[in-house]
Amino acid sequence: MHIEKIRESEKLTLKIEGRIDTKTAPELDELVRTSLEGISLLIMDLKDVAYISSAGLRVLLIAQKQMNKQGKMKIINVSEDIMEIFEVTGFSDILTVE
Amino acid sequence: MKELDIEALTDNLTEVMDFVDVQLEDAGCPMKVQMQIDLAVEEIFVNIAHYAYNPETGPATVRVEVKPDGSAVTITFIDHGIPYDPLAKEDPNLNLPLEQREIGGLGIFLVKKNMDDVSYEYVNGSNILTMKKNLRGEMT
Repeated sequence: MHIEKIRESEKLTLKIEGRIDTKTAPELDELVRTSLEGISLLIMDLKDVAYISSAGLRVLLIAQKQMNKQGKMKIINVSEDIMEIFEVTGFSDILTVE
Repeated sequence: MKELDIEALTDNLTEVMDFVDVQLEDAGCPMKVQMQIDLAVEEIFVNIAHYAYNPETGPATVRVEVKPDGSAVTITFIDHGIPYDPLAKEDPNLNLPLEQREIGGLGIFLVKKNMDDVSYEYVNGSNILTMKKNLRGEMT
């Protein structure tokens, strides 16, 4: 997994590439926990993510909870297969996917 | 049928995934189905790595059997740790609003949702978890 971090004023975009699984999710978790200060809009770009396991979903939930307190979070460029995982787990109702 | 004997450590997850994926690819498994199987394999193996021998570590066996006609796969996980039926866990409530959603608890639920059949038994000191998946796309 590779994460590109783009900050423009209060907007932070995380462009994620690769697999978000048990081994890689801690890196994203760490980034989310340490990068959100002063951020009012968090964009997660999943264009190059082909796989996300429950470890990754857990991080998305942590990020969404945090952003609800301080602004908004949007997830963009979600593949059909990953969208299906969001739907099966009810995440499509609690995340903003565009 | 192929078997992989491996130490139950999350560090070995990639090796387990590769072992399973090579056989799914050989069977001409569609990418989407492979992802669903990968999800289940990850959850089960990581569960064993975290809980079976905690705080020690121990061995796990992963067995993959693809039907000769390539229509279905059976994947079996065997460990000799504490008896633990992951399927006994109640499914998470998916209708709760965000603030009440628990972090975690989705893993086993995803296994049940993504595989066509999952069963657990404890035999002669071994946890045996068996899961089956049709490889020809969605179950109707």
